[in-house]
Amino acid sequence: MSFRAAVVTFPGSNCDRDMAVGLEAVSGISALRVWHGDAELPDRLDLIALPGGFSYGDYLRSGAMAATSPIMRAVVAAAERGVPVLGVCNGFQVLTEARLLPGALLRNAGQRFICRTVTLAIGNTNSLFTNSYAEGETIRLPVAHHDGNYYADADTLDRLEGEGRVAFRYAESCNGSARDIAGVLSANGRVLGLMPHPERAIEPGAVPALGGADGRRLLESILASFASA
Amino acid sequence: MQVRVLVRLKPGVLDPQGRAVHHALEGMGFEGVNDVRIGRLIELGVADGTDHAAITAMCEKLLANTVIESFTIETDGSAG
Repeated sequence: MSFRAAVVTFPGSNCDRDMAVGLEAVSGISALRVWHGDAELPDRLDLIALPGGFSYGDYLRSGAMAATSPIMRAVVAAAERGVPVLGVCNGFQVLTEARLLPGALLRNAGQRFICRTVTLAIGNTNSLFTNSYAEGETIRLPVAHHDGNYYADADTLDRLEGEGRVAFRYAESCNGSARDIAGVLSANGRVLGLMPHPERAIEPGAVPALGGADGRRLLESILASFASA
Repeated sequence: MQVRVLVRLKPGVLDPQGRAVHHALEGMGFEGVNDVRIGRLIELGVADGTDHAAITAMCEKLLANTVIESFTIETDGSAG
């Protein structure tokens, strides 16, 4: 069976192509492309990816409008059936607004848009998204966001940490996120949202300014999980 | 019928925008400002007789993110 991934495009998404290119780079198979107004997803999906960007111009709250779009009803239903879902940057915001992940992403504490490469610690090397990383490893991924300041109440944060659901943590102060959380997993570990952009760091040998290759292993982790399923 | 929905960040949720405005006010020489919190006013024109429960549902499902925000609904001068 070949790997079937779908990348959703909302009006204002701008990392959808990069995500599709990244998925094809690691799988050798073209990702299916889905539009926000579609009511149904392709069948037999092994991954749904929600890309970065500024869906619906960030109207109301980042991700809020996209969370109400027809395709998100299908994404929520698929996630409830256990289809893996990866949300990057605006995709993470959409996942919290759709309540597939806990918490919310507030304006960066420093008020500024942050666009740079940051160091991350891997918080969980067992998830289907992170199994190619080593325990204790730090990686470098680009971030580019205005609303990346992760917030959840203390009980939720304790639960996320206790259940190994903090997938990535900023190793340096970045945007004011509670407990430096950069990426979180759903309770069943099959939905991941993160602010940094793995799809912008997939080409080994690329000049460091292009993000490096540490993001490639996130996508490779998904492939490895698929292959071993 | 006009409905006003006031959406506010919950107490304890950091408001960087409010903090920046607070600093700006101090920088302009205004004294005695203890705190600034910035919210959102949403005005809805709805059919007469739209019940409160429907407006509450709109707030809970879209207009406010109840993880971080609270809301109050004012209908024809009444708050609730």
